[in-house]
Amino acid sequence: MRSSAIAVSGLRKAYGDKVVLDGIDFDVAAGSIFSLLGPNGAGKTTTVNVLTTLLKADAGTVSIAGHDVVSATRQVRAAIGVTGQFAAVDELLSGRENLQLMADLKRVRSGDQLVTRLLERFDLVESADKLAATYSGGMRRKLDLAMTLVGNPQIIFLDEPTTGLDPRSRRTMWGIVRELVAEGTTIFLTTQYLEEADQLADRIAVLNQGRLVAQGTPEELKRQIPGTHIRFRFADVYELDAAARVLAEATRDDEELTLRVPSDGETRSLRALLDRLDTHTIDAQEFSVHRPDLDDVFLALTDHTSTEHPSKEAIAQ
Amino acid sequence: MSTVSTPLADSSIMLRRNLKHNVRNPVTMFNAVLFPIVIMLMFVKVFGGAFSVGDAYIDYVTPGLLVMAISYGLGATATAVNSDMTKGVINRFKVMDVSRGAMLTGHVVITTVRSLVGCAAIIGVAFAMGFDPAASAVDWLGVLGVIVLLSFAAGWLTVAMGLAAKTAESAGMAAVPLIMLPFLSSAFVPADTMGAGVRQFAEYQPFTPIIETLRGLLAGTPSSGDAIAAVAWCLGLALLGYVWSVSTFKKRA
Repeated sequence: MRSSAIAVSGLRKAYGDKVVLDGIDFDVAAGSIFSLLGPNGAGKTTTVNVLTTLLKADAGTVSIAGHDVVSATRQVRAAIGVTGQFAAVDELLSGRENLQLMADLKRVRSGDQLVTRLLERFDLVESADKLAATYSGGMRRKLDLAMTLVGNPQIIFLDEPTTGLDPRSRRTMWGIVRELVAEGTTIFLTTQYLEEADQLADRIAVLNQGRLVAQGTPEELKRQIPGTHIRFRFADVYELDAAARVLAEATRDDEELTLRVPSDGETRSLRALLDRLDTHTIDAQEFSVHRPDLDDVFLALTDHTSTEHPSKEAIAQ
Repeated sequence: MSTVSTPLADSSIMLRRNLKHNVRNPVTMFNAVLFPIVIMLMFVKVFGGAFSVGDAYIDYVTPGLLVMAISYGLGATATAVNSDMTKGVINRFKVMDVSRGAMLTGHVVITTVRSLVGCAAIIGVAFAMGFDPAASAVDWLGVLGVIVLLSFAAGWLTVAMGLAAKTAESAGMAAVPLIMLPFLSSAFVPADTMGAGVRQFAEYQPFTPIIETLRGLLAGTPSSGDAIAAVAWCLGLALLGYVWSVSTFKKRA
């Protein structure tokens, strides 16, 4: 078993009466990608702030790379790199100067070479000497991440690193994250994009109203939600009628001309299903296996929040 | 890979960053250098002829203009400190093992440097307009000392205001009283010519002894009473600014 890069237990944080984190426990294995998912206001950024020594928790322990965030703050800071929600670049410095500043502050020897390597790796050579204020959103994020990498931190925190990026920049970012993990870095990622967590994360934790409501691999989480089904689409309503008589357990949608049949999605049951249609010479135009994706998981796990809050407000009014 | 970080080295790295900011922000330099010169020309060439100060007006007003040049540079400091706090870049420094003081010291030092540039410009233009000081070399050193001390004190106070302000705009506004203070002192006209109320304020506010100290030094007749009051005010304001800055910085951290 690999050692934990991040170990959190019983983490609590409240601002006055408002409880933001209500007893959180999780472990992140070294060299893995851990993703914290949650709706806006769930406490993701608060968690990142506590883990990165920016904020003190009210209770609980946090150990980063084996060091306690409260008693060994300096060692923790030396081990981590953080890329926050808003690109933390100095706009009045050029890309090169931003990186050089980081290299100076981290006392990196032969910083020039490192800066040049990072500019090349992040495809920023052409704009290296332009002020960061002139950079596009995607370039800023790349520069931001490049600055975080100066000094080779063991653990990198990415707080919504791709929010506001176009799909291509997002994919570039994912590529870089995968490279980092291949080199042995541990990544702690918060995101609103479930696809991103699905693509990148080894483990996912879902945070809702300050509590972790689910934890596991993306596959494990998806399996928690029942609802894998087969979807057939038919040419016309007569075919649909005929099929609905054969497949009595299906739910039909007359507008879409579809039938949804609950199934485990395995080949044996699929074949049985297709055979039943075949013996009645019913022909489906289209069929697909629909598995619940993380969106379904997310909505199912965090559903009560979105409905609870407005009603509270309505009562207050 | 890294050696032991020292606050001094961190401060010099931060100072280099602030220096680049200043050079790249022409408005800052305009405020610190050109604007006081514009005011100077207005007072000396437009109003000065009507003032009777018992002396050549340029000789009277130059010390006041030095103080004004210092206070004009402060708005930029407050804004710069505030934008450091409100933009994400400060969090990057905070999660690094960077000396906390270095982030603020850099701003204070750059404020002092900017003040010196502004004051040098004022003195240069003053000479061109017939300024005729009687100061000895030691007096000039005293002038330099007062300028540095005042910039340092006002710098810490302004850093604190910049930290306390919610937005960059309000940070700029917070420095306005400091910019107004020279007008309500003996900078442009002697305090005893002012109306009741304003006169008492002008006599007891910190800039008056500071300006009178500069005036004495430049005239070659330094007064120790003013000098002691000036140094005491500066040290007091510096301490207040420092304590306020550090506590605000911790709160916002």
